[in-house]
Amino acid sequence: MKEKLVLIGNGMAGVRTLEELLKIAPEKYDITVFGAEPYGNYNRIMLSPVLAGEKTVDDIMLNDEQWYIDNDISLYKGKSVTEIDRVNKKVVAEDGTTADYDRLLLATGSNPFMIPVPGKDKDGVIAFRDIYDVDTMLQASKDYKKAVVIGGGLLGLEAANGLMKQGMDVTVVHLLDSLMERQLDKPASSLLKASLEERGMKFLMEAATEEIIGNGRVQGVRFKDGTEVEADLVVMGVGIVPNTGLAKATGLHCERGVVVNDVMQTFDPAIYAVGECAQHRGIAYGLVAPLFEQGKVAANQLAGLGYAYYQGSVTSTKLKVTGIDLFSAGDFNEEQGDEVISLQDQAAGTYKKLVLKDDRIKGAVLYGDTIDGTWYFQLMREETSIADFRKTILFGQHDLGDAGHGDETRVMALSDDAEICGCNGVCKGDIVNAISKHGLFTLEDVRARTKASSSCGSCTGLVEALLASTVGEGYDASPNKQAMCKCTEYSHDEVIAAIKQNELKSIPAVREFLEWKTPDGCAACRPALNYYLLARWPEEYQDDAQSRFINERAHGNIQKDGTYSVVPRMFGGLVKPNELRAIADVCDKYDVPEMKVTGGQRIDLFGVKKEDLPPMWKDLTDAGFVSGHAYGKAMRTVKTCAGKTWCRFGTQNSTGLGVQLEELTWGSWMPHKFKLAVSGCPRNCAEATIKDFGVVCVDSGYELHVGGNGGIKVRVTDLLTKVDTEEEVLEYCGAFTQMYREEAHYLERTAPWVERVGLTSIKKRLLDDETERKALYERFIIGQKVSQVDPWKARAEGEAAHEFTPLKIA
Amino acid sequence: MTNWTEIAKLEDIPKLGSRVLKTDTVNIALFRTSTDEVFAIKDACPHKQGPLSQGIVHGTSVTCPLHNWKIDLASGEALGPDEGCTNTYDVKIENGTVYLALPAKEAAA
Repeated sequence: MKEKLVLIGNGMAGVRTLEELLKIAPEKYDITVFGAEPYGNYNRIMLSPVLAGEKTVDDIMLNDEQWYIDNDISLYKGKSVTEIDRVNKKVVAEDGTTADYDRLLLATGSNPFMIPVPGKDKDGVIAFRDIYDVDTMLQASKDYKKAVVIGGGLLGLEAANGLMKQGMDVTVVHLLDSLMERQLDKPASSLLKASLEERGMKFLMEAATEEIIGNGRVQGVRFKDGTEVEADLVVMGVGIVPNTGLAKATGLHCERGVVVNDVMQTFDPAIYAVGECAQHRGIAYGLVAPLFEQGKVAANQLAGLGYAYYQGSVTSTKLKVTGIDLFSAGDFNEEQGDEVISLQDQAAGTYKKLVLKDDRIKGAVLYGDTIDGTWYFQLMREETSIADFRKTILFGQHDLGDAGHGDETRVMALSDDAEICGCNGVCKGDIVNAISKHGLFTLEDVRARTKASSSCGSCTGLVEALLASTVGEGYDASPNKQAMCKCTEYSHDEVIAAIKQNELKSIPAVREFLEWKTPDGCAACRPALNYYLLARWPEEYQDDAQSRFINERAHGNIQKDGTYSVVPRMFGGLVKPNELRAIADVCDKYDVPEMKVTGGQRIDLFGVKKEDLPPMWKDLTDAGFVSGHAYGKAMRTVKTCAGKTWCRFGTQNSTGLGVQLEELTWGSWMPHKFKLAVSGCPRNCAEATIKDFGVVCVDSGYELHVGGNGGIKVRVTDLLTKVDTEEEVLEYCGAFTQMYREEAHYLERTAPWVERVGLTSIKKRLLDDETERKALYERFIIGQKVSQVDPWKARAEGEAAHEFTPLKIA
Repeated sequence: MTNWTEIAKLEDIPKLGSRVLKTDTVNIALFRTSTDEVFAIKDACPHKQGPLSQGIVHGTSVTCPLHNWKIDLASGEALGPDEGCTNTYDVKIENGTVYLALPAKEAAA
């Protein structure tokens, strides 16, 4: 028989926990839900746009009644639970309805804090917490003119903005001298105040409310200094207090909230608590993102899996007032020993400030231009050293991720038909609608639903910005530890480390050791695991063809019509007449419909039928060619310029060095594609400074450049070092390549990898530590012994013949 | 009447892999899962006719090599947010031999 689970509180935290639970253990419980409000579960953080008239109540429903029916959940809406009988394990509602439980989940949320002044119970004095309050305010805006909002924080300002949008004359009363003092520093706060005043909002600062006055209905507010202000409506927007009444009455240990441990369990092991009512390690959170993290943990525990733990959340804030971009996170008021970098443009209305300690971000405040908020937040949560890009950090993350859209990154200013994802043709309106309609909170959700940012990923920053501005502080920023894929909880780094430390030498061994959730893995993790194993154990690991993307299984590049393209390797881009003749003959023989010279100085033969690949390779290998690996996450090409043999400016033998580098590195499998170039002089005709590893020859030696990218977003290389001899070039190249091969995440190119780990740490290990450099180079050479077996020749001789031979009816 | 046609030995199809049967009218992809089930579907993704036979097989689904649509091998239907469906064919395995229920026209060919 199924166990019984009762949820008290039909809000975002509780229902999100149920959703997570249903995903992992759909059959475990009979579920009953009690909710005090007469609605299904709605998105409470979207009440501000409802009040402002930008959305309707229907728009913000997350789970309608059909959802409860579909999932076999008994829903008692509009019924408050009045008693928990812990001895008999049952709950009793106000109308006498009872429900037994084996496990009880408390998600009773919070109550608005009503400041205890005389007159607070008068007609026309309300809070801003639920649909009822919003309805009351909307009605009041039709019948009355003057509104006073007490509280100049997030809640109060959103209420004030909504009432102003409804045509009321709004005065915000704040006890302190600056708005949103818990989220903003003074300069940002004054910019915000100026901008709201421009819209018509009035402020009474440093005003302590003494009494709410009026005969029957409210007529005004009196302050401690004796002054008064008129009001037909007073909204208390000063804060919330965890709703612990029921928990206290049943004897559960409560402080500010219901105290829970790291598995979200209260002092009664059968009772869990999540959301605003819960207090974890001394903190009761009032934002949505932490509640979702708690829900995941509670669901994992309720499902009996028992491996998820909640360790607290780092939160960030956004104000949901249309047209005002504001972001804050962490400790944004500097303390002694902290460093501050800031940028302020009063006229343009932008302000950015980062508080740093030991080159790590402690806190951030952004006003006017918040596109980089998610980036700073990520750097803060991951405690990334910003030393390498400290000089430019305030100008934003232009190097990667935004594909050079520049000012267009002010996403909220874009029109609905502006294309955000150029790969899949997804417009801003599509994304915003999907977020609102389906209640999406994470980048993953948006990718799955709209396909935006799911191909090349260059618009990820834009999509995250849209997500953040659409759902406000509910935005569930990508967790600082990101699971490799849906098959596992573990991150790329954890998988790489486990393979090394525990000497895991096959894909099934990795999946078993790390408790993979799917029997075969998926199209994302299998190629990654295959690569990691190959990179770590080159001599022992048995390559798994079925875990490779088709290009690396068929050793050609699959084209849109299912044919393949073939690129013979031409070392350093050099080619001889007889080789060109052989390529021409092959094209004639196999009816190649199109030939093209590539950007990497090779010749691409398009439209080859799969069955023709092995015989074609036979002809090409007979002519001396090996595979060009133009199809793989592998070392691709070394591009060279003419060099000093011919060029009047050439300083070194760039073509010769290019050939040597290609002979060293060809055949090597990589986390992603990997390109090299050698230029014979600083004119850099081979474009070496946008390659993964580039050499620029100078009169006195060789400059080595790393981490360049000419693709999605052009990134110029960083100078690694300068060396004197070709032997050194080869050694540094092998060592750098091996470090990338061993440590980068699968499908991470050198450009983002260098930015992630920092050039400083790469330099330290390659330049200052000769032993480590030589060891890396040594390991690269060992791997190359296995890799430099030409796959084309092997297949021309009959290996993996089934791959290329169709079945025939006997 | 079902027209069972002998196609291949089970071991001719790699585990977590596929083989393609070319007939005069259609290419049919035969997939073998890690538990030795065999499925046959038309070798064309409902999205842009990508050759599903070239995709990565996991569980009882295959990921199309062109744009990563995930197709359920049993029903031929696209999974996740994508919508579309490709043809499926009945398969049986007897004594290690794979038989396919071919439509009359292909069987005659």
